[in-house]
Amino acid sequence: MKYLVLLMGDGELKPWTHHTAEEQGELMSRFGAFDAACRAREGVEILSGEALGGPEDSTTVRTRGGQVQLTDGPFAEAVEGLGGFYLVEAPDLDVLLDLLKVLPPYDMQVSPVIDPYADAG
Amino acid sequence: MDELDRVVREGWGRLLAQLLSQFRRLDLVEDALGDAVEAASRTWPTDGAPDNPAGWLMTAARRRVLDRLRTEEVARRKAPLLTIDAARQERGTSTMADPGSLVEDDLLRLVLMCTHPALAPEAASALALRLVLGVPTPDIARLFLVNESTMAARITRAKKRIVGAGIPFGVPDASVLPHRLDTVAHTAYLAFTAGYSPGSGPDLLRADLAGEAIRLTRTVLRLRPDEPVLVALLALMLLQHSRRDARVTHGRLVLLADQDRRRWHSEDIDEATRLLAYPALLEPITAQAAAYVLQARIAAEHALASTPDQTRWDRIVGLYDVLLGLATTPAARLARAVAVAEHRGPAAGLAALEGVEIPASHRPAAVRAELLARAGDLDAARAAYDQAIAACANDVERAHLQTRLDELGS
Repeated sequence: MKYLVLLMGDGELKPWTHHTAEEQGELMSRFGAFDAACRAREGVEILSGEALGGPEDSTTVRTRGGQVQLTDGPFAEAVEGLGGFYLVEAPDLDVLLDLLKVLPPYDMQVSPVIDPYADAG
Repeated sequence: MDELDRVVREGWGRLLAQLLSQFRRLDLVEDALGDAVEAASRTWPTDGAPDNPAGWLMTAARRRVLDRLRTEEVARRKAPLLTIDAARQERGTSTMADPGSLVEDDLLRLVLMCTHPALAPEAASALALRLVLGVPTPDIARLFLVNESTMAARITRAKKRIVGAGIPFGVPDASVLPHRLDTVAHTAYLAFTAGYSPGSGPDLLRADLAGEAIRLTRTVLRLRPDEPVLVALLALMLLQHSRRDARVTHGRLVLLADQDRRRWHSEDIDEATRLLAYPALLEPITAQAAAYVLQARIAAEHALASTPDQTRWDRIVGLYDVLLGLATTPAARLARAVAVAEHRGPAAGLAALEGVEIPASHRPAAVRAELLARAGDLDAARAAYDQAIAACANDVERAHLQTRLDELGS
């Protein structure tokens, strides 16, 4: 299965800019470790993964009455800025959840990617 | 119980797990097994039950799954654009297969899949009763006090989520398994307590259905003998279940102290006592297992007192103190306050009750009313009973509170 992992919020972690350079280095190393752990696990592959610009640089696009309206900022004001994402191929949810423990403990959303050719159930 | 009922009751989960292990199609195998049971109900009464009833059902169900798969294959061939994906699908299937062909492992896989922590606990609980034990959906609905269509929808949603979210049919490695078994236990206990503490309506006790949660726990315990959380939970359930016939007379709730102890099921109490002596419980265990052990030991103190006067309230208060040290819950604080009142009098009980609140529950007010009445503060007791009656959603319990209020006079 393919999963989109959205790094939704800092959870109990300090915001990125509040970390010392040393702490930031430690967090970065965990992304490296996640990468390595995925490569080592059979049936798992990171298909894509990026860090995202902050909410101040996001643009929300809405089409209303046929008109495209642009708003500066993220889609839901209440939600913290989406920090990044991964697109990961994994055999099942448990394998992925196990690997995600390697990342810093961000709040995340894990959504399966729809496979249009999958069995009906 | 006829032969078919017996085979379905004892073998449903194993058959379903074997089918899932072979075909990995939750959407197909449950229907196929249901169809096989239906076919058996038509043919066995006239032709007689086969020599190997479980094997007969397995063969019939397997044939139905294969029929369905063949139909799908035909449909797929008619859609040439999709053929590329057949190879992909086979690959996908092979990555899901895991080694280990023991049937017992398959049943454990089924249990762990139904009780996966990514499922809402109530949905997991219902699903485990349905898929592991084959309990009919109307019975599960009755247990959880929802209507049948709501329960059917809840179970369907949970099954879809298993497939959609990619919840595996597998056993995790040893570092994760104890936590998963904690969730299994929690799921079973949820079904058990649903049968004993109804929130509303006239039906006070659905003990038969609570008994299904005990059956679920026994089933998993057979797969994982000596697993502390399951041993402790089974003991706790048996002790509570042992009082099922004494809790209600003529539709009225009978409090523990007033129950006819001869009607308690001594075989359940004996089994629970043996379980609590298991050496596995002396090893380091999870917090959840420890909480079940303590609750079971408290229940055992009650069960082993031959009259209410002989209850060792001092020991019960001590056990509650340890339990509250593990996790402070309002329900445990309330129960401790009751024990304190029995041990050291109503004034001490009222002091222990200070600040205990359970949202939308009549119980704290009901206990306070009872203790105020015992302390002789009748005006305050009447006010607390009024408060409890207003908050109580269960017909039988409300009638009981009303009786107590009436006894105080005005």
